Amino acid sequence: MLVIDGIVTHYGPVEALKGISLEVQPGEIVTLIGANGAGKTTTLRTLSGLVRPTRGSIQYEGRELTTAPPERIVEMGIAHVPEGRRVFPMMSVVENLELGAFTRKDKAGIREDMERVFELFPRLAERRNQLAGTMSGGEQQMLAIGRALMTRPKLLLLDEPSMGLAPLIVENIFEIIQEINAQGTTVLLVEQNAHMALSIAHKGYVMETGRIVLSDTSAALMKNEDVRRAYLGG
Amino acid sequence: MGVLGQQLLNGLVTGSAYALIALGYTMVYGVLQLINFAHGEIYMVGAFVGLLLVTVVKLPFLAALPLAMLAAALVGVTVEFVAYRPLRRSSRLAVLISAIGMSIFLQNVALWIFGPATRSFPPPFQVSVLQIGPLRTNTLALLTLGVALVMMVGLHYLVRHTKTGKAMRAVAQDRDTAALMGINVNRTIALTFLIGSSLAAAAGVMVGMLFNAVVPTMGVMPGLKGFVAAVLGGIGNIPGAMLGGIVLGLAETMGVALLSSQWRDAIAFAILILVLLYKPSGLLGARVEEKV
Repeated sequence: MLVIDGIVTHYGPVEALKGISLEVQPGEIVTLIGANGAGKTTTLRTLSGLVRPTRGSIQYEGRELTTAPPERIVEMGIAHVPEGRRVFPMMSVVENLELGAFTRKDKAGIREDMERVFELFPRLAERRNQLAGTMSGGEQQMLAIGRALMTRPKLLLLDEPSMGLAPLIVENIFEIIQEINAQGTTVLLVEQNAHMALSIAHKGYVMETGRIVLSDTSAALMKNEDVRRAYLGG
Repeated sequence: MGVLGQQLLNGLVTGSAYALIALGYTMVYGVLQLINFAHGEIYMVGAFVGLLLVTVVKLPFLAALPLAMLAAALVGVTVEFVAYRPLRRSSRLAVLISAIGMSIFLQNVALWIFGPATRSFPPPFQVSVLQIGPLRTNTLALLTLGVALVMMVGLHYLVRHTKTGKAMRAVAQDRDTAALMGINVNRTIALTFLIGSSLAAAAGVMVGMLFNAVVPTMGVMPGLKGFVAAVLGGIGNIPGAMLGGIVLGLAETMGVALLSSQWRDAIAFAILILVLLYKPSGLLGARVEEKV
């Protein structure tokens, strides 16, 4: 479904990605784990067109999207839930969700999808007219995911959905990610919380300073000595 | 009472023009965090195009106004494309200097084409004096108020209730995330310049007729006043710009009535200094936190 081949991305003169290759098959949850600053976020930002790679290629469903602008990539079915949630703070829950459907014109489908988001996240339904900036971190994360679902994505990119949230809420959000996946959406999940991420993913990649150093099935990665020591706390 | 009422009415007319200019500043600041110092020159361009359409082409007012707005809007969008877009990833200071450069450039182009002399701008319709109770005004002043009101209501509707307006608000709140929603950010920014410039041009045409004067340097002071009004209302805040313009217009005319007309500009800039010192977020602005 998604094939990334040797992408290199620069921030000014700094090489943030030094040749990343990875693959995502339809229906999978794939996770990208690694320490802060390893380049996980940059990988997602390159995928969704916010930054341009200087080398390498990105193929999605057989189509080239290496140089496509973000709005085209959204239309092709890739939705990105950015790090830190980034809900539109001065807009209501409903307005945020409507922005998720910005590229769509099927009014009935949009209404249907909004109901589906409210079913997945009943908390959002209770707060539909509240300004997003005044909600708790967990609620904002739910909104950011719901907003991405409004694009009707085939591939969902999630950047640190556990960041800054209480363990109970993290568990709740990860259950919902699994549910979204079970309903047919492929997921590429970036996480620092390697334990949570590997527990729901089929396959994982380990990143270190702009490179992928290891890839395997989640089960194998959880047993790997190096991974256990570096990312799973023993 | 009569004098006070008269000054209130005059202040309202001046203030509505300031409000139209302030809206462009505040909308552009909203999407780019840029003080577009070339905005006053767009107002001047609007006045000149209006003048030419009325005196040379002999168009009626209702045709000249929208065409002048359109022409100035195209100039505004071109300025954005040429002078600001290439600097999108540069520092804010670089863009600001580019804006000052554009301001000087446009003024000099106007000087080169039209010369430094002030031209008179006779309204293309009969202006009659009106006496409403103790208040004296004329149809042109009331028309100015009406034009400003219609445009502000229209803008409010556009920003609050249309998809385009929603895209503009999204880009103002978080540009990258707006792009992730499938919004074409560059097109939305261009549209913001288009709308802001057309409002300034409308103010230019109306004020040009009100004072019966059009000159290449006419944008400098109203441009600064529009900026003051935008800051007073809370930069980035659209209702704030409308309120700030009206309040500034009223404060100026009241101050002139109490002191003397030489104090007009001093009052505006004293307001700017006081706002920056004591309430930098302005009358309606809430967000002052710096984006990282």
